[in-house]
Amino acid sequence: MTTTAVPTAPTTGRKPASMAQALTRALRDAMAEDPTVHVMGEDVGALGGVFRITDGLAKEFGEDRCTDTPLAEAGILGAAVGMAMYGLRPVVEMQFDAFAYPAFEQLISHVSRMRNRTRGAVPLPLTIRVPYGGGIGGVEHHSDSSEAYYMATPGLHVVAPATVADAYGLLRESIASDDPVVFLEPKRLYWSKADWAPDEPQRVAPIGRAVVRRTGTSATLITYGPSVPVCLEAAEAARAEGWDLEVVDLRSLVPFDDETVCASVRRTGRAVVVHEATGFGGPGGEIAARVTERCFHHLEAPVLRVAGFDIPYPPPMLERHHLPGVDRVLDAVARLQWEAGWTPQSEQGADDERAAGGVY
Amino acid sequence: MTVLEQPGAYRPTPPPAWQPRTDPAPLLPEAEPYRLLGTDAAAAADPDLLLKLYAELVRGRRYNTQATALTRQGRLAVYPSSTGQEACEIAAGLVLEDRDWLFPSYRDTLAAIARGVDPVSALTLLRGDWHTGYDPTQYRVAPLCTPLATQLPHAVGLAHAARLRGDDVVALAMVGDGGTSEGDFHEALNFAAVWQSPVVFLIQNNGFAISVPLAKQTAAPSLAHKGVGYGIPGRLVDGNDAVAMHQVLTEAVERARTGGGPTLIEAVTYRVEAHTNADDATRYRADSEVEAWRAHDPIELLEHELRSRGLLTDDVIRDAREAAEQMAARLRERMNEDAPLEPMDLFAHVYAEKTSQLREQAAQLRAELDAELDAEEER
Repeated sequence: MTTTAVPTAPTTGRKPASMAQALTRALRDAMAEDPTVHVMGEDVGALGGVFRITDGLAKEFGEDRCTDTPLAEAGILGAAVGMAMYGLRPVVEMQFDAFAYPAFEQLISHVSRMRNRTRGAVPLPLTIRVPYGGGIGGVEHHSDSSEAYYMATPGLHVVAPATVADAYGLLRESIASDDPVVFLEPKRLYWSKADWAPDEPQRVAPIGRAVVRRTGTSATLITYGPSVPVCLEAAEAARAEGWDLEVVDLRSLVPFDDETVCASVRRTGRAVVVHEATGFGGPGGEIAARVTERCFHHLEAPVLRVAGFDIPYPPPMLERHHLPGVDRVLDAVARLQWEAGWTPQSEQGADDERAAGGVY
Repeated sequence: MTVLEQPGAYRPTPPPAWQPRTDPAPLLPEAEPYRLLGTDAAAAADPDLLLKLYAELVRGRRYNTQATALTRQGRLAVYPSSTGQEACEIAAGLVLEDRDWLFPSYRDTLAAIARGVDPVSALTLLRGDWHTGYDPTQYRVAPLCTPLATQLPHAVGLAHAARLRGDDVVALAMVGDGGTSEGDFHEALNFAAVWQSPVVFLIQNNGFAISVPLAKQTAAPSLAHKGVGYGIPGRLVDGNDAVAMHQVLTEAVERARTGGGPTLIEAVTYRVEAHTNADDATRYRADSEVEAWRAHDPIELLEHELRSRGLLTDDVIRDAREAAEQMAARLRERMNEDAPLEPMDLFAHVYAEKTSQLREQAAQLRAELDAELDAEEER
């Protein structure tokens, strides 16, 4: 996987690190810094989680701080609610995206609204880590993109990192947040690597800020999580066609950064939303609507979506036909009505907006 | 060649992990609901406790009738009455220390009040001006919980957290007979047992989940038996016997506080009123059944004991009734005032800080409210 657009920073102590390592480091640093942080879930103890993200935590902090729970997701999340009510900061691991569904009642009826229900008296500072998405050859129930369910529930933050640096920075920030955060970890990026300074992790933009991963002038690819590397690759490939594509990594679906997204679309005049989740009722519909409502007079073409098909997640031997890949992204870009007399925005205006929107 | 085919690897019995690990006998509940009132053992009960329970039960009954009356006057959207179940409610509210936590269901307003929650604030949910009207952290009373049994894992987690922090805090979680069919009930019991959390689970078996009788809810020997499968001792109690309820709950709380782990208590009681004011109980049960339970009324049971000891003096009766009437009058008066509503609060506590989308929507509502005000001023 490529993370070529990660900005270069001081190179002292930098070495290749995987997203999985950065996540582990984030948990460890959070636990070391704050004794109220408790990690809990299925197999998170001696095993270190099925993806090894909690590797070593039980040994270092003890089983009271990194706890193997019974195998019951509603019970895990419900217990975490009670722990948060008593002042702890639980970090729950849901083993796989589709295994988180038994906890939905707790999530929707309690986690998302406890603060609101109690007029702020009982905030729930808890983080729900969900390894999510496909592309790892998982059998049924191991590859869902469940973000639309979470997005549709007010009171939750929904975060999805795409880079090693964000994996660390956004997880630290999620754990520190006084609101509940659904932290979606793109499974197929767990082993993606980037140069990273584990002893001095760099600051990243806060939750709620989208980041321009690649600047461009022809069209904006709006994406997040596992589709970010796909879009960056597509943008490189698009150069051969004469398109200079901008890639916006949303980083969090809630809060949604209208400002950065719309600033980009106003510059480029065209947009494609790319995600693995199914298109119908998926995040792309909301994003396309928001962009259209706010940027209508800047748009040269309808906002298009490249999403998973509207099918139950396919078996692993067929998943490559389902997942949005580079070709499908380029096909969508090709359909952005280039023949209709498109004229680029003024260069001066684009520079101003870029400065305001923040390119990281 | 498999392992089992290797010489000497054959095991006639399964390895130890398959063996039962604990003796279930000590976990089994009483064969018949435990009761004190009407038995010789009642003589040992502290007279001050009897008088305290009596005053609270009378007040609780009056609260139930007053709240039901308020639904008819349109001052409450709905009220799930606990008439007939006051002994469970009051005992649950009284057995805890200040530092302990109560996790009530939507029918447990009385328990919350017995624990000190303001009677009007406790009705905020049912009046409909907000969801929870009191600060749960002030009274250590969790919000009245509507989704069945979902508050039970919270109680387990809170008690677990307290224990991790070295605090001798107990959580008492309340659920109904219908709620014992929910998955969260079972997950909560399992977590509590595995973690040996200081939790007491109190099931009020009032016979009905809205219209569905217990026989259609479970085939268990009793609801108290449901603890056994998780390694939790069950207790079966007469839920209309306030003294027995107080004793059994006190023992369970003490057991939890001293590291003995969770207890599951089934209080056998009866929902004398319909499920709520919106329900019609005549469609699914006979009047004769209700009358039989009215004859086993928690207040009358207690009065009988007090009378036999010469404690039910005219003064005691008058004081209890006067206190109850004063409470009811004050409740009526306060509930007849219109609830203060602040529409902008809709956006105030969704997140610690409003998202930009919520700021936009709040501005929209503000503008609509201002336009309404302007229109009113013009009229």
